[in-house]
Amino acid sequence: MNSMTRVGTLLVGVIVTLTACSRRRAEPEPPPAVNADSATLADAAARAREDSIAAANRAREDSIAAANGDRERRLGEARSAVTAAIYFDYDRAEITDQARTTLDAKLPILTANSGLRIRIAGHTDSRGSDEYNLALGQRRAAAAKRYLVGLGVGADRIEVISYGEERPAAQGEDESAYAQNRRDEFEITAGGDNLQLPQS
Amino acid sequence: MPLISASTRSSRRHSIRTGPTRTSRAPRSAHVASTSLRLAAAAALIVLALPVAARAQDTTSREGIRLGLKYELGTRPGVLVLPVAGAGGDSVRAILQRDLDFGDRVTVLPAGADVARPQGGRFNYDLLAKLGAAAMVEASVVPSGVRIAVHDVGAKRVLQRRDFALPSGAGTPEWRLAVHSASDEVERWITGTRGVAATRILFVRDGRVYVVDSDGENVRAITANGTALSPAWHPSGQSIAYVLFGDKGTQVIARELGSGATRRVSNVGSGLNITPTFSPDGRTLAFAHGEEEGTDIFAAASLGGAPQRVTVGRGSDNVSPTFSPDGRRIAFTSGRSGHPEVYISDIDGTNAELLTPFNFGDQSYRSNPDWSPDGRSIAFQSQLAGQFQIMTINLRDRSLKQLTAEGMNEDPSWAPDGRHVVFVSNRTGVKQLFVLDTETGRARQVTRGAAVRFPAWSPFLDRAR
Repeated sequence: MNSMTRVGTLLVGVIVTLTACSRRRAEPEPPPAVNADSATLADAAARAREDSIAAANRAREDSIAAANGDRERRLGEARSAVTAAIYFDYDRAEITDQARTTLDAKLPILTANSGLRIRIAGHTDSRGSDEYNLALGQRRAAAAKRYLVGLGVGADRIEVISYGEERPAAQGEDESAYAQNRRDEFEITAGGDNLQLPQS
Repeated sequence: MPLISASTRSSRRHSIRTGPTRTSRAPRSAHVASTSLRLAAAAALIVLALPVAARAQDTTSREGIRLGLKYELGTRPGVLVLPVAGAGGDSVRAILQRDLDFGDRVTVLPAGADVARPQGGRFNYDLLAKLGAAAMVEASVVPSGVRIAVHDVGAKRVLQRRDFALPSGAGTPEWRLAVHSASDEVERWITGTRGVAATRILFVRDGRVYVVDSDGENVRAITANGTALSPAWHPSGQSIAYVLFGDKGTQVIARELGSGATRRVSNVGSGLNITPTFSPDGRTLAFAHGEEEGTDIFAAASLGGAPQRVTVGRGSDNVSPTFSPDGRRIAFTSGRSGHPEVYISDIDGTNAELLTPFNFGDQSYRSNPDWSPDGRSIAFQSQLAGQFQIMTINLRDRSLKQLTAEGMNEDPSWAPDGRHVVFVSNRTGVKQLFVLDTETGRARQVTRGAAVRFPAWSPFLDRAR
């Protein structure tokens, strides 16, 4: 190894050591024992001050990281709230109480992001007339749109489409599959990047 | 002695009649000016040939005039189809036999080749009668096509004979259609009513529109890959309409079968444009259109033009229109009462009335009406005990008749004879097309393989020939 590499290795070693130190919960080290030697005292004080600053920096970085992680999580939750599906009873298109809660949760994000546009896709289970189910899916999507518009969301921000029974979420001819298929799905079609979190 | 052909599958499942039973089997051919053809079916069931009413018989084919023998209501004449001489004769014979069997008006007898070899030019009519034949079909392949003579066994003479032109290329779809057309004419000579062999059925499989011959042969794709729904025939048989699914909603497309040229009928933009159907005169195309305030039925000129509103659903869903044969009324599915029922109205949407009576026992759901070609009844699907079944309602007295009971059965479409119906059934485990004879209750499977939906029976395809 040449001398440059040796210095580099040394530096890396120092950095690793310092980093390893900072992983521990920042704790002020106990002040060095009082010593009659004034040079040692001055050194100890300087070191204590540096340690405090380093600890404070570490604490600030940790809190920023935590805040960022928190923000990522909240953005994810906001996106999920916008795209959360709602479900319907057999052959009905009325908004249930549970669906109302899910729809209400979309409002703050839609309000905070005026460029956000969504598309509501209505679906049905596989029973009954395939063609009538296209109309029923349309009715289900329109019902959700009407509810959101009633809350104050601009109608031009919401597109409506029906897939009838053509795109099931769950395969099978049992009540569990049917219940999962009687739904509206919500898709962000514009303004989904740089979501602003609603003021809470 | 075998009277019932092995190829006749007797149905173990008879229609459950809740209304008046139909009594007429051989319809009076009011539309045919001349006396229709009849045969002594009773003679077919008795060993000795009965003496027949002595009437002057002109058995040579003369345009428009046919004299026949008595046709006993409630019995089916036994028909023997002799082996067909000439190249491709086996195919012709197989098609003739199957077409006559599938028509459900005659019983095709299985007797073999040696049975009535002409001795010195004359057929052994007594022997034929002993075998149960009321009619015997003698055919041979000739250069222009196929020569067919139908013998009246009871009268011991030829009833009718004709040369049927066939296009070259045995086995091609056009050739098969021409043989089917000959079968239909033979059936008309024997029973007075033409058969429906020269027809085809549209359906959808894996998002593509297909067509199949009425006997289940010749499955061919019409559209390319995509998501197609609800095909419908133009009454000329030359073009169809169907729905194409996209991410911007559904569109109604019209397509010429010969050239493959397509045209969009519905307006651009998202929204529902579904369930197209042509009027009987072919001039109007009705379909359902919906945006956000419910779905209504609109009608546009087939050649193009702005659609006019027909139904005023006030936010309800109105789909699946079907025209009456006189073109003056439509039946359709509507959810205006809170759940799907069948309604009828005038073509301009006035005088709308509920057709299917409320069913208080079960969760009521009726849909997918199809008006019969004779105008007398409407077939539809109805939810019964949790399953859908095919039903008909008589328009005169509103009596109901249940046609199916096995598995789940949906989406009926009438054959142009107003007697056979094609529908989707899952009774084999996979959704397939079945044809039902509404008179005898016999059902036969038409498609096999991957699941199918949306059947539509064509008009007669040989009229223009």
